Amino acid sequence: MSSPLLGIEGGGPANASMESGFPKNPAFTERNYLGLSDCSSVDSSNVPSPCLNLKATELRLGLPGSQSPDRDPESSLTSSEKLDEKPLFPLLPSIDGICSSSTKTVVSGHKRIFTDAMDSCSEIKGLSEGSWLFAASGSDSDPSKSVIQGKFSTNSNVNGNVSSGDQVAKGVTTNLNKVNASNPPAAKAQVVGWPPVRSFRKNILATSSKNNDEVDKKPCSAALFVKVSMDGAPYLRKVDLRGYSSYQQLSSALEKMFTCFTIGQCGSQGGSGKGNLSESKLRDLLHGSGYVLTYEDKDGDWMLVGDVPWDMFIGSCKRLKIMKGSDAIGLAPGATEKSKNRS
Amino acid sequence: MTYSFPEEVLEHVFSFLTSQNDRNAASLVCRTWYEMERWCRKRIFVGNCYAVNPRVLIRRFPEVKAVELKGKPHFADFNLVPEGWGGFVYPWIVEFARVYPWLEEIRLKRMVVTDECLEIVSKAFRNFKVLILSSCEGFSTDGLAAVAANCRNLRVLDLRECEVEELSGHWLSHFPDSFTSLESLNIACLSLEVSFSALERLVSRSPNLKTLRLNRTVPLEKISKLLQRAPQLADFGTGAYSAEIRPDVYSSLQEAFSGCKKLKSLSGFWDVVPAYLPAVFPVCSQLTYLNLSYATTQSPDLIKVISQCHNLQRLVVLDYIEDMGLDTVAVTCKDLRELVVFPSDPFVADANVLLTEEGLVSVSQGCSKLQSVLYFCRQMSNSALISISKNRPNLTCFRLCILEPRAPDYLTFEPLDVGFGSIVENCKELTRLSMSGLLTDRVFEYIGKHAKKLDMLSVAFAGDSDLGLHHVLSGCESLRKLEIRDCPFGDKALLANASKLLTMRSLWMSSCFVSFGACKLLGQKMPGLNVEVIDERENLNLLPENAPVEKVYIYRTVSGQRLDMPDFVRIMGKDKNGVYNLL
Repeated sequence: MSSPLLGIEGGGPANASMESGFPKNPAFTERNYLGLSDCSSVDSSNVPSPCLNLKATELRLGLPGSQSPDRDPESSLTSSEKLDEKPLFPLLPSIDGICSSSTKTVVSGHKRIFTDAMDSCSEIKGLSEGSWLFAASGSDSDPSKSVIQGKFSTNSNVNGNVSSGDQVAKGVTTNLNKVNASNPPAAKAQVVGWPPVRSFRKNILATSSKNNDEVDKKPCSAALFVKVSMDGAPYLRKVDLRGYSSYQQLSSALEKMFTCFTIGQCGSQGGSGKGNLSESKLRDLLHGSGYVLTYEDKDGDWMLVGDVPWDMFIGSCKRLKIMKGSDAIGLAPGATEKSKNRS
Repeated sequence: MTYSFPEEVLEHVFSFLTSQNDRNAASLVCRTWYEMERWCRKRIFVGNCYAVNPRVLIRRFPEVKAVELKGKPHFADFNLVPEGWGGFVYPWIVEFARVYPWLEEIRLKRMVVTDECLEIVSKAFRNFKVLILSSCEGFSTDGLAAVAANCRNLRVLDLRECEVEELSGHWLSHFPDSFTSLESLNIACLSLEVSFSALERLVSRSPNLKTLRLNRTVPLEKISKLLQRAPQLADFGTGAYSAEIRPDVYSSLQEAFSGCKKLKSLSGFWDVVPAYLPAVFPVCSQLTYLNLSYATTQSPDLIKVISQCHNLQRLVVLDYIEDMGLDTVAVTCKDLRELVVFPSDPFVADANVLLTEEGLVSVSQGCSKLQSVLYFCRQMSNSALISISKNRPNLTCFRLCILEPRAPDYLTFEPLDVGFGSIVENCKELTRLSMSGLLTDRVFEYIGKHAKKLDMLSVAFAGDSDLGLHHVLSGCESLRKLEIRDCPFGDKALLANASKLLTMRSLWMSSCFVSFGACKLLGQKMPGLNVEVIDERENLNLLPENAPVEKVYIYRTVSGQRLDMPDFVRIMGKDKNGVYNLL
């Protein structure tokens, strides 16, 4: 489900799935509003890719029409070159030379952003489910001219039919609320710090609404922070386990956090990721890089993550540790053989 | 011959100056006024604890009674600031203990407070009255026990959204029986149960108690008892609002609420059982503040409550309220000043509730006094934003979070530049703005041109080039706080507007394209700024100068170097008796 979406990405490098190797070309970006692809398809955080080949994960900047400008900030962006009409970086702002002449260029450039997008998009066939490719007209021009190329897949969470123009969105929105009776909504992988909601607010549903029928549920903490350490990493982090509802989400988040310590390739874009990442796959990811994710439970024992149902896990996990596989040999043997799908 | 007022007269005149800005202005008039003012300033506010240091503060203001400090940058709320970054209040507390024995009030926001700090506070200040910890961490219930046991004259203990290491619930029992001065207690963020009988006794012997915000563990059945003991309460936060449906529980609850004639603020409502909601009906018409943001109940139930809150000024609610509920708000709450709508399920791509931009438009139409908005939703359009801006030109705070990054106008698929542009153009008194959705450099052009009173701007996943940042830095005259994440802004605009940074409290940029070299240059050229590179990667020294940093936090400071930085924080470009972190 996810690869074809990525295939659309800015026709160039950086489909090499680095951890968040998700080339973001503001001039040409696929919009995945339906969240149908796998985890970090909406991951737009944590660029640049640290410690690794920056060019491989370069963001495309600048105006379309300029040669794929390098990510290297020194080969300056077309628009920002305009800032340099005065000497390189005057530390006193010189407004005059900067705003006027460059503004127009930029504005017209903006129109081209979306036109370019449309041109490029129209060549791409085989849009996979749920990808919205849109070509907005330039900001000054007639908004009703917007063209929508998109496909709604039937297994997505949208039931609207594509009619045209304005009808589309309205059709979609009125259907949005009625959709999820049968389909549980696809959970998105979390972009770090997005949306900007405090941790203790993130899990409101997880801890209460699902139990609305029960009245005597035991109150649980609003947040469940556990420390995460990793062998070889100089600092530990803290994660709020209540901010996740599956092992997959947790693993994505940890990957992002520790990515610069090479926890391993993100498998989220690849292969058959269908949103049901099993615990065995999580372990595979980590094993592939020689690391395993372990946790210390209430009894002080170190266990491999993934053995028990998620709710039980967060109830007993006191801290997490990403260990080298060789160190984790003695842990919870046989757990890896289980591959119950618990997402 | 020089005339001068006797000092006593000046002091008396200054006592009418309460705002720190006014006092700052007065102190610049002449040396006499400066001296006079500094001796009689009682309340201090430090917006960035690293902008000054305790020594500087104490040297200037010897007679301080109340201190407010803020530590971590705002984005720390969303886990963007790594653990251990800083904001340690300990050095301040130590100095205060040494120099201000008559300190009465401490307010801290986003700071690291240890148990040792709390112990010092509890013992060093004889007349200590007010402790407000907002989004703080680093302390445990042991520290709270020390405060409870030793602060004989405590009036306010307010733990707002703190992260407390909870070792036990017994700390509350440490308030001695002779302790009767409590006016405000907020323990909503705690998860462990406190002894109810200790709580009840405490409430009973606190005749001045006006604010009581319980935590989730206090059962609904017991609330009536507390309310009966404290009918004078003005601000009450329930615990879990759920119980078996029992008529006796319900009626005593309703009766207890009826007895609270002064109740104006209501919050709590975890795990709400809708059948019990009508128990609050007797007080609804009194309420000016209602926080239902933990009430995971559907719109009809919420509407039943809100439709009776004619005097409501501030409403905090989940998106369960839906557009329909917001229509009710628009019709009922004609005095509404602030609306906050949080997302119930932020990580689900498609909407789980029928809350759209229309709800906000509706409120903007119906509530003529609306000034402040924080709204999470899944779709927005330029036309809605334009409507809102025209309906409510008196907006001062507009924070919109469209859950999907870079989401365009859902009707036209255009960027939301024009919509937000309309907001800044029409809402001339706007002081705070947070944007989301698909935004190009153009929106920043609008902001730079129109948002002349803008004090704080939050930007994420927006813009195309440095020009965007340049528009803001060069155009927003009143800007003091700018926080940016995941935008393609680099060195040029930053360096071209370096002097602007001296007029601001702080600038945060993470996951942008600011390079090491630029940070170093900025730090070198601007001694009045700390340019903090926050970067957790290994082998930073091996990265080239043009490599972008993960996060940079720039703030003006007179305090010089920080002495408490972890390894992943470097202040760039400063020499400290030799080479210092010159990458």
